[in-house]
Amino acid sequence: MPSPSAARARRMPWLLSAPALAVFVSLLLTPLVLTGVLSLYAFDGQRGILDTYTLANYIEVFTDTYYLEIFVRTAGMAAVVTLLCVIIGVPETLILSRMRGRWRGIFLLIILAPLLISVVVRTLGWSILLGTNGLVNQIMMFLGITDEPVRMMFTLTGVIVALVHVMVPFMVLSVWATIQKLDPQVEQAGLSLGAPPRTTFFRVILPQLLPGILSGSIIVFALTASAFATPALIGGRRLKVAATAAYDEFLSTLNWPLGATIALVLLVANIIVIVGCNRWVERRFRSVFEG
Amino acid sequence: MQRNGPLALIFHTLFITFILAPLVIIIVVSFTDKGYISMPTDGLSLRWYKAILDARELMSAFWFSLKLGLVASCTAMVLAIPAALAVTRYRFRGREAMIAFFMSPLMIPQVVLGAAFLRFFNIAGLSGSFFWLMTTHVILIVPYAMRMVIAAATGMNREIENAGLSLGASPWTVFYRITLPLLMAGIVGGWMLSFIQSFDELTMTIFVATPGTMTLPVAMYNHIAHTIDPLVTSVSAVLIFGTMLLTLLIERVVGLEKVLIGRG
Repeated sequence: MPSPSAARARRMPWLLSAPALAVFVSLLLTPLVLTGVLSLYAFDGQRGILDTYTLANYIEVFTDTYYLEIFVRTAGMAAVVTLLCVIIGVPETLILSRMRGRWRGIFLLIILAPLLISVVVRTLGWSILLGTNGLVNQIMMFLGITDEPVRMMFTLTGVIVALVHVMVPFMVLSVWATIQKLDPQVEQAGLSLGAPPRTTFFRVILPQLLPGILSGSIIVFALTASAFATPALIGGRRLKVAATAAYDEFLSTLNWPLGATIALVLLVANIIVIVGCNRWVERRFRSVFEG
Repeated sequence: MQRNGPLALIFHTLFITFILAPLVIIIVVSFTDKGYISMPTDGLSLRWYKAILDARELMSAFWFSLKLGLVASCTAMVLAIPAALAVTRYRFRGREAMIAFFMSPLMIPQVVLGAAFLRFFNIAGLSGSFFWLMTTHVILIVPYAMRMVIAAATGMNREIENAGLSLGASPWTVFYRITLPLLMAGIVGGWMLSFIQSFDELTMTIFVATPGTMTLPVAMYNHIAHTIDPLVTSVSAVLIFGTMLLTLLIERVVGLEKVLIGRG
């Protein structure tokens, strides 16, 4: 028979987390289940949500080229943004790590602080910069890159530029966390054993940074695929992505079952990408994580 | 360690310019004296900062968001502290699953949460209430709060608590006089991060906000989607300055890096 104190120790964690669990079950799990049920309802333009169950919404999302295009655009956009974040975020983090203490702190703050500034504000900044008479066009014309203003608002290019700005701090943060764990002497060893800096970088430093780059990529990809404000404000009505399409079904077309379906497909795709990639990274780099 | 070469410094300058450009342009444009978006070339004006005070809708949305963020972040801390202690101090069946459940709002796209809460409120007849909107924000920010408290509690020296108990203090006294003060940096960091996350939240809230429960990000989004005028730039500039102050505060108290990486 368990002693009273052992029974108490077994109850204790559940007692402590009971309030939070109650809130999460009633206000997170229940709404998600209700949304799952909602996606199975039939919908009629005139009569609204019908009381019959159907898979029609899922069939529509997976076969209609309109929704297919939206999901392909979302995935493509997320892939390009992730790639650009790797290309500019990783070198910048390396540069940061080679700076002297004081400057390093200041620049790290400058790069990370925007994470806390509202996405609406940051997107507004890009709307102003990317306009036909905006600063970016003025600079490009001044430098002779282009003769007449390039349209960047309401284009995928504009959305991608602004999203890279929103997401790149996550990449820096993730790579930075990995760099902190590196032993600088390993790099020294490579150099002192006669390897040229380029070889040292590709054969010694980069492999060690890979787990950080990959986990940063997973975060950036998942957040970009579900981004709403930036595609909505810079992409406009016509460049729809999964998040803006779901929003429009809920609040403009009022086809809630279809909106719920789009949202859930996005959720499941996101979970598959996050969990799948995490598993793969952990398997591939077990030695690095344990080291 | 290698030094940065000239190419690296040029890259760094371009990178920092890229990061700062959209924020700087907002601040510069907000000082215009014109009625449209333009550089303040003929002189600076505080015209659009004065206009904020007369913008009734944005002002009331600001106060609403402030209240929402404060209540939601405090509620989230009250839920997160005991739950974080539960998963750091006890090894029990279902512990991993419990952590994953509490962290799950970070993995669920905010549009999905918005859609789910809209459906739930619609069925339960809860739309348009401060309290229920606040609870949705609590769910969204509990992961941030918990992560910080878990980090602080993991690194904590428990010998001091045992000393307190063996010297005859009651468990409650030990909690208030020893545990809570030792966790304070994590709690303050988690609370500030939670507040900012709630105050800035747009994507989930836009689904459930009503004219009576209009947050500042939603009001600004609606404004910008309709028209971009100097008024939103001055409001944004105020937000940038406010966030910068709070960021410096976080940096001073716990270190921004730690808060964002979520390790103590």
